Order: sequence, then structure tokens, then C-alpha cells
Amino acid sequence: MSASVARFEMKPTRFGYSEALLALGREDDRIVVLDADLAKSTTTERFKERFPGRFFDMGIAEQNMLGMAAGLSLAGFVPFVSTYGVFLSGRAWDQIRTTISYGGLNVKLGGAHGGLSVGPDGATHQALEEITLTRVLPGMTVLVPADYQETIKATRAAAAVKGPVYIRFGRAPVPMVTRPEDPFMIGKANTYREGGDITIISTGAMLAPALRAADNLASRGIQARVLNMHTIKPLDVDAVVRAAKETGGLVTVEEHQINGGLGGAVAECLVENFPAPMERVGIRDTFGESGEPDELQESYGLTAEEIEAAARRVIERKGPR
Amino acid sequence: MKPLRMKITGSGNGIESKNAVEGSSPAIPELEKTARKIRRLILTMIHAAGSGHPGGSLSACELAVALYFGVLRHDPRNPSWEGRDYVLFSKGHVAPLQYACLAHAGYFDESHLKTLRKLGSILQGHPNMHKTPGVEVSSGSLGQGLSVACGLGAGLKIQKAQNRVYCILGDGELQEGQVWEAAMSAAHFKLDNLCAMVDANGVQLDGPVADIMGVEPLVDKWRAFGWHVIEIDGHDFNRILAAYGEAEKTAGKPTAIIARTVKGKGVSFMENRAEWHGKAPNDEELRAALAELEGGAAR
Ligand SMILES: Cc1ncc(C[n+]2csc(CCOP(=O)(O)OP(=O)(O)O)c2C)c(N)n1
Repeated sequence: MSASVARFEMKPTRFGYSEALLALGREDDRIVVLDADLAKSTTTERFKERFPGRFFDMGIAEQNMLGMAAGLSLAGFVPFVSTYGVFLSGRAWDQIRTTISYGGLNVKLGGAHGGLSVGPDGATHQALEEITLTRVLPGMTVLVPADYQETIKATRAAAAVKGPVYIRFGRAPVPMVTRPEDPFMIGKANTYREGGDITIISTGAMLAPALRAADNLASRGIQARVLNMHTIKPLDVDAVVRAAKETGGLVTVEEHQINGGLGGAVAECLVENFPAPMERVGIRDTFGESGEPDELQESYGLTAEEIEAAARRVIERKGPR
Repeated sequence: MKPLRMKITGSGNGIESKNAVEGSSPAIPELEKTARKIRRLILTMIHAAGSGHPGGSLSACELAVALYFGVLRHDPRNPSWEGRDYVLFSKGHVAPLQYACLAHAGYFDESHLKTLRKLGSILQGHPNMHKTPGVEVSSGSLGQGLSVACGLGAGLKIQKAQNRVYCILGDGELQEGQVWEAAMSAAHFKLDNLCAMVDANGVQLDGPVADIMGVEPLVDKWRAFGWHVIEIDGHDFNRILAAYGEAEKTAGKPTAIIARTVKGKGVSFMENRAEWHGKAPNDEELRAALAELEGGAAR
């Protein structure tokens, strides 16, 4: 796979979620969708209109919604539970842990408005901790697709998994970097650029700035490998270790707390398998604030320039070859 | 399209399950005898484990015995039989009560009971759906079971299945806000296949419910949430069986049985005592408790 960074069309990943749900709903009677008074925002309203008998608006009661989904799964259905990721992963964490994950129940968690994408609503609504909160749970699969196309694939892949899956998607339009024909295998990172000097591992919509950073580095003679880590759990350990061995250093990029998120997961992997210099680009142990998503990304350092700078620091730490 | 659950006509028709037990009305003395045995098993198993929750297990004993041995359509030799009724213990800490009922019903051998809470046991401290045959959902974090019961009830409705869902809750547990979220949704979705039993023993972990955080008036509360409510003496099999029957006949809304019970019922030194919420009897206490239960058998 190779992607040019020229110009990408923009589309919100949440549309990909409901697009996939509509297709799944047509193909499989067992698909049911639950929302907590945010069906317009998460876009599951489209499923409600098409399959009213298999849609539950649970009102503003996230904990009950998770339990209800657990019960529906016990009755043989495949429930997709959707609300803002911050409420889904935080408000109902014990329900996700003890009722759903401990039971290995076949419940899919659609976390909308991930990262800073909810913008002006501010810190209360910005989901910056869900990857950490969900990936510590045994048996949980955690998917963070990069764009609209990949969200469709991730949602469909989640339905095919037997067991709980968290899928993170966002509100604001993001560049459509991946193509319909690109493969999507849970637990298998996709390489969007080859390079031997350093590896940039991005997750979610950070793929576009990661590729831009790689282009900038290339113009200065540094070849960066770019991995799209759409699955945080199970982590593609092989791809991470290979990157460390072949390129000697890594930068992770995420619209999420660097503690416990992609950066945490990659660091854990490296320490156990092949320690290498690494930097984490992401939210640095702070809450967000109001602003437009692009302004916030700039302000919190989620930019191609910051990624490039981090890459240079890592290369320096690698020392002379 | 994947096939959904077979439509089940009538009650426990046994199409897929020759051993299915049909809910019949056993004689009350028979149920009373079973309840005495279940109490013995509860105390013996908690004593052997060295920890566990006798108080709430003893108070809900008749509720559970009436269900497992008088009402339920189920097949202990085929726990996943599609025609079965579902029993969810939202108050998962009374696992000893559930385990005793499941063993006595034949879901697994009674010899397992002495392994309660031990490493490698199929009987975890709180119910685990993958380790114990007959446990429908893992529980232990209070306040979550009724939501799961709602999901099951709603799913069965979509499938037009006749199975019923029973959920047992503690009165202290009702302090969890999620219970009321679930109560609201059960009425909203008109889940008349759902019956919640509140073991209103008036005592929780730290002391009397009324002193810790009052939950009364229970009947009015559940009624206001849109439920059909039946208040009974939760140790009287006649009243319990009648309540289950009334619940099954109630259309258009879920039923809540507010069962007035005594925590630690049957063992005088445990009755109404918060200290026996979660403590194992020692050798002497076990002997005294069993003797008292035997005395009850003679009466
Ligand atoms: C969410 C949660 N909080 C606290 C506990 C600890 N706990 C176990 S039992 C109990 C008291 C339960 O009282 P009640 O519901 O009245 O049960 P019963 O008297 O029937 O045993 C508490 C606080 C728990 N299991 N789950």
C-alpha cells in the first residue's frame, strides 16, 4: 500500500459506522442497535428508521443500556451499543467489565465522538481515555479505524468477532486516506508507506498527519515507515517488533491520552520484546477544552510538524549507525 | 439471515429436551422439605468455604425454591435448552443459595458444593456463567441484573418466544440507580415476560436498610415505575406460588414481587443481624444452626 498525501476527500467516520450497521441489519436478523438519546449524533437513527423493531432508544441511561445489550446477546442477538465514547467507556465501565467482558458476551460498543472531534462541547464530551479503559479488559477487542471506509470495515469485522469489541469513531469530517480495496484484518497493522529510518505508528484519523510528516521527512532524506494501527487490541506485536528491528526507532500518534493508549500499548510491547527509542505524540496527561477540532489538534500538538519533530528526536536518540 | 430461536408454543413443550421439567404445583410440604435441605446446604457450604453470605441466601430461600422446584420450565441436564425460563441472581453474593438449588435440581453433583470459593472450583464466590451450569449471567457487582433481564425479555419478545425471565434483587441493592433505569425500561418496553423479586429483608451489609439509605415505600415506587406489584410474605409458599402465577398472567407490564423476608431466616442467631450478611459460621455455630433446622423438620 502506498498513499499520496495530495488531497483527500473528507467524511466523518460515524457515517461509516451507521453505513455498516445498515448493511449488517439487512444481512443478519440478529443485529440490534441501542442508543442513549444520541441516535442523531451517532447516526444510528438511520438504523432506527430502517429497522424500527430492532432498535432500542434507551434514554439517557448508559448503565442500563449496557446491561440490556448483555441480555439481548444472551437471547442470541448481536447488539451494537452506541453513544458518545466518553459516556460509553466511562459511565458504564463496570457494566462493560463485569457483565459483558467477564461473561465474554457478544456485545459491540460503538464509541462515537472519539478524541477531540466533538470540539466546542469541550472537555466533558471529548473522549480521550477510552482506549486505555477498554484495552485493559480481558477478551476485549479495540478498534480505532482511520477514516470512513475503514470504519465500515471495522464495524463489519466487529460483527464477525465472537465477543466484546470497542469501535472508536468521530464526529468531525476526516481525510479519507484508505481505499475500499485495502484489506482490514483485526490485529494486523496496514503499512501505508515503506521506510527504513524510522517508523511512525498512527491510529485513527492521525494517519493523515502521519503521512504528511513522512512526506516532509522524505524531502529531507529521511525515509519513514508509516503503520496504520487500526487495532489496538490485539496489538500487531509482529509489526511493532519488526519496525523496531528494521528502523531502529518509533513514534506513536494518537488523538488520545498517551498514557495507556496506543503509545502505552506500543511501549509495553517494545520493552518486553525489543527496546528501542520511542516518542509518543498525543494528549499529554491533560483534559481538552472548547475549540474547533482542527484548532484543538494544532493546540495539543497533533500535527504533522510535531510528528516530524518527534521523529527527528528519536533519530537523534538512535545515535550514529 | 440467521435463524432465531424456535418459536416455543405452550409451556416447556420438551421438543428439544426430553428431560424438561414442566412447572407443576408440587405439594407445599415437599417444597418446605426442599427449603430445609437448601438451607442446610447453604450453611454447610459457606462453613466449608470459610467465607460467603448466609444472611441474604437464607432470606431468599423460599423465593428461589418455589421457582426452581415449582415454577420454572427448565432442564437441569440440558442447561442451555432453548425453551427454558431464565433465572438471574442480580444479588450475586447469594451464590450459595443458587448453587444449592442448582445442585439439588441436578445441574451438577452436590459434591461440588464443598469446593465453593476454592481455587479451581466451578463454584466461584459470585456466579460465573461459564464455570457453573445453570448460571445464566455472571454477577456480583450489584444493580446490574435487572438490566440484563430486560435485554433477555426484550429479545425473547422479538423472537415471539414464551420463555419467562426471573430476576432476584436485594432491597439494599435497590439503592443502585441502575436498578431504576432498568425498572423504567422494563415498563416502557412492556416486558410482561419479566418478573423481579425483591428480597425485602430490611438489612444490608452495614445495617438496617432504613438506617443506611431508606428505599421505602417499595410498593408505591415500583408501581409508580409502571410495574404490576404484589407484596407477600416471602417465606409463605402458598403466597409465593400464587404471586408467580399472577405474574405469569399479567399482561402488558412487568411484575415486581416485593417479598417481605427475614435476613438469616431459619437460624435464630442469624436472623435480622447485619453481622451475618457476609460471615461464615464456625464449627460450633454450624452445629447449632443445623440442629435448629432439624428441629424445624420435626415440628
Ligand atoms: C456495586 C456493588 N457495591 C457494593 C457491593 C458489596 N456488597 C455486597 S452485598 C452488599 C449488601 C447488599 O444488600 P442487599 O441488597 O439488601 O442484599 P441482601 O440483604 O439480600 O443480602 C454490598 C454492599 C457489591 N457487591 N456491588
